[in-house]
Amino acid sequence: MTKPRDADDVRQAVADAAAAGTPLEVVGRGTKRGLGRPMQTGASLDLSGLSGIPLYEPDELVMTALAGTPLADVEATLKAQNQRLAFEPADLGPLYGAPENAASIGGVFASNLSGPGRLRHGAARDHLLGLKAVNGTGEFFKTGGRVVKNVTGYDLCKLLAGSHGTLAAMTEVTFKVLPIPEKTRTVLIFGLDDGRAREAMSAALGSPHEVIAAAHLPTSVATRSSVAYVSGAGRGVTAIRVEGPAPSAEHRCKALREELAPFGATEELHGMNSATLWRELGDARPFVGDPRPLWRLSVPPTEGPQAIARIARTMQAEWFYDWGGGLVWLAVSPSADAGAAAIREALGGGHATLVRADDAVRRAVPVFQPQAAPLAALAKRVKESMDPKGILNPGRMD
Amino acid sequence: MALRMPAPDQDVLARRREIVAALREIVPGEGVIDAEDELRAYECDALSVYRQLPMVAVLPSTTDQVSRILRYCHENRVRVVPRGAGTSLSGGALPLADGVLLGLGKFNKILDIDYANRTVTAQPGVTNLGISTAVASSGFYYAPDPSSQIACTIGGNIAENSGGVHSLKYGLTTNNVLGIEMVLVTGEVIRLGGKHLDSEGYDLLGLVTGSEGLLGVVTEVTVRILKKPSTARAVLIGFPSNEDAGDCVAAIIAAGIIPGGMEMMDRPAIHATEDFVHAGYPLDVEALLIVELDGPKVEVDHLIEQVAGIARARKSMTLRISQTEEERALFWAGRKSAFPAVGRITPDYMCMDGTIPRKKLPEVLARMRELSEKHRLRFCNVFHAGDGNLHPLILFDANKSDELERAEKFGADILRLCVEVGGVLTGEHGVGIEKRDLMDTMFDDVDLAQQLRIKCAFDPESLLNPGKVFPVLHRCAEMGRMIVNKGHLPFPDLPRF
Ligand SMILES: Cc1cc2nc3c(=O)[nH]c(=O)nc-3n(C[C@H](O)[C@H](O)[C@H](O)COP(=O)(O)OP(=O)(O)OC[C@H]3O[C@@H](n4cnc5c(N)ncnc54)[C@H](O)[C@@H]3O)c2cc1C
Repeated sequence: MTKPRDADDVRQAVADAAAAGTPLEVVGRGTKRGLGRPMQTGASLDLSGLSGIPLYEPDELVMTALAGTPLADVEATLKAQNQRLAFEPADLGPLYGAPENAASIGGVFASNLSGPGRLRHGAARDHLLGLKAVNGTGEFFKTGGRVVKNVTGYDLCKLLAGSHGTLAAMTEVTFKVLPIPEKTRTVLIFGLDDGRAREAMSAALGSPHEVIAAAHLPTSVATRSSVAYVSGAGRGVTAIRVEGPAPSAEHRCKALREELAPFGATEELHGMNSATLWRELGDARPFVGDPRPLWRLSVPPTEGPQAIARIARTMQAEWFYDWGGGLVWLAVSPSADAGAAAIREALGGGHATLVRADDAVRRAVPVFQPQAAPLAALAKRVKESMDPKGILNPGRMD
Repeated sequence: MALRMPAPDQDVLARRREIVAALREIVPGEGVIDAEDELRAYECDALSVYRQLPMVAVLPSTTDQVSRILRYCHENRVRVVPRGAGTSLSGGALPLADGVLLGLGKFNKILDIDYANRTVTAQPGVTNLGISTAVASSGFYYAPDPSSQIACTIGGNIAENSGGVHSLKYGLTTNNVLGIEMVLVTGEVIRLGGKHLDSEGYDLLGLVTGSEGLLGVVTEVTVRILKKPSTARAVLIGFPSNEDAGDCVAAIIAAGIIPGGMEMMDRPAIHATEDFVHAGYPLDVEALLIVELDGPKVEVDHLIEQVAGIARARKSMTLRISQTEEERALFWAGRKSAFPAVGRITPDYMCMDGTIPRKKLPEVLARMRELSEKHRLRFCNVFHAGDGNLHPLILFDANKSDELERAEKFGADILRLCVEVGGVLTGEHGVGIEKRDLMDTMFDDVDLAQQLRIKCAFDPESLLNPGKVFPVLHRCAEMGRMIVNKGHLPFPDLPRF
């Protein structure tokens, strides 16, 4: 285990590992080590020592943080200026038994895990403006900048976001931050099945009310919410969120309730309740402390319910939808392949990631969606362009 | 022109007839152009000071044809330059003397409109505005709106990661594209993304967006569409100085307001546009700000009052709020025709495109005035103020002995200045050939070598749009073995081009 104190230490550690041919496990704060294929590594590169916020300019809407900085520190610093990360980073640590709120900011971008707000505000990758990193040969490089509009050279930020530490070890990230909206309202619709819920979400998202997030919880999942309006409903709950200055959030909420009334009875959540619900959904709380394998499906929204219906015919499953139906969290009963073949077969488009399963299962089936041959070959060449010896998180995304 | 492009491959030029014949096998009829007078149409893009006739132009209309063209060129080591509408301002579509110009103009169909999933799938030659028009009757639109939107193609937008006045709130191309079909230089066809969100492996879609035609040829595009906001209103605010206008922009953002658009013009730009479109701009102000708010009427009315309050507290001299849709359009008319308006007052102009941290605006404007004196050339400024993207227009006359050269030097100084204050060389127009030789002001050799290795992963022989974006051309085989010492590449005196 190496614990560098600064970027130069990281460079040295990777250069040494490259020279010796030692595969490295790249770790931020270690909350999501269970995500991806199990790896054989000779040593760990622990980036938690790189902590701090060298630049924060609230009226420029930009922050730079060292990669190991706790996300909690970043969020607290932003909150003090009434700002936030609009992609609502998903805190998946608890799914793997890690404590809540313990992730690093580098890990957030490396796994490109965005919460419910992704629908309107974009993913983590859309907020990453620049970074510094060490590639697999131990070279220190930078890409991007600190401004939003920038097309100078290839956008390697996008490439590194979601690369799960397999291309380079990020040492510093610069990202866009946004004001916290003055008011948030969530409209609840009760009693819809998946198909009707999808239609309700499409109607809301196709309205001019700038819907920020839209989710649907079938009855059994809704029951597990800590928000009484949701758990006490005893039925499926569809949730639609709007934000903005007070008069407009209220206006949007009212208009949506009227327009969605034909779908079923509605209710609205304010401030705390609304925040709690969306946090639960973003972090997949309904499936925390649950031994079942967990999948995350990204699909064209209209195809979600159909895919789920096909899957539910072949296995025991429980699920809920986010991103207007485009994201499905799916828990299935344990089996040798966690249902991989049937689930991937059922998708009409998009991809399925096995977010949580025993090591043995994640060794047996691809965790990430397998790609067509020319694309897989290209991805391999891209990996080699950054990490020719394959020493950074080897095999994690294979 | 002083610009050096890769030396034409004599061997390829000698095989021209054979190459033309092979292309005719793939694209029959009029899809292959080799007559000099017809090739003139492709000799430059909107950076028209640089011109070059291509060896041959080919206009395929199917992905299969693109695939076969690229496979042929790859097997026969022929360079290829993709082209959309040719509105690039950085020379991205400048042909090569020994290259095939691959025009995507025939890819002009909308393939799928999906309101339930809020997506449009189109061929790459469809214009940016064409997408919005196709869904307008249902109240939807495609958000990124470059000023060139009636002409530029969605494929070109992907290649340049184009933005527009509404990108402040709604993002650039990269934030609004969901999927593409792309042909690799080998002729292999890949699909990245689709109607779903986020990529399944590496985000190659994000990498390809903004890659200026160097990584592959885009043959199909799926974008996200949005419902039109129910109301939009604009405020036109005049200030006694650029500094005051800059302060106002910062204060609006600091108040937590993200307007739909926030644009600024300086005095010379105000006068040029007012003379041209008679938008009713005040002529006694030094800087003009257009702030547009969109959303439900209650929100727009609420925020517009807040913006007006902020402006009044910051020395605004004039302030008008649009009362009708016509008036809002009029406020924009001047800004949107800034380029042609400036074109009327000068024989030639060069449009720069740096981005800076917003708060550096007063400093940068002051130093640009000094540079203007140093290079003895006038300039004016239009500015995507909300996101710090500057468009200084340098006025010159290419027919006067050294003015073009002075304009290029002035432009390069402006871009260096942008980088010096923490900004970047290009916000939305791309590096192309125009800023290629300035890349080292932002990136050191290691940074550039890493980017070039990415290029090698896609196109090891550097056949796709070579000579653009990167100042140094190394063989990919060398890249792999390159040992970097204290940030210096070995053999720094290897031939550059
Ligand atoms: C008056 C005017 C105003 C403008 N305003 C704006 C503005 O507000 N915002 C902005 O961002 N830009 C603006 N531009 C610049 C320009 O319009 C954009 O860069 C546009 O995206 C280029 O599109 P195009 O179809 O003309 O591409 P082209 O100029 O033909 O090509 C541009 C680049 O894209 C590559 N390319 C084109 N099609 C493909 C494809 N299918 N696959 C792979 N590579 C491809 C080319 O090789 C080239 O490198 C403006 C230009 C003009 C002339």
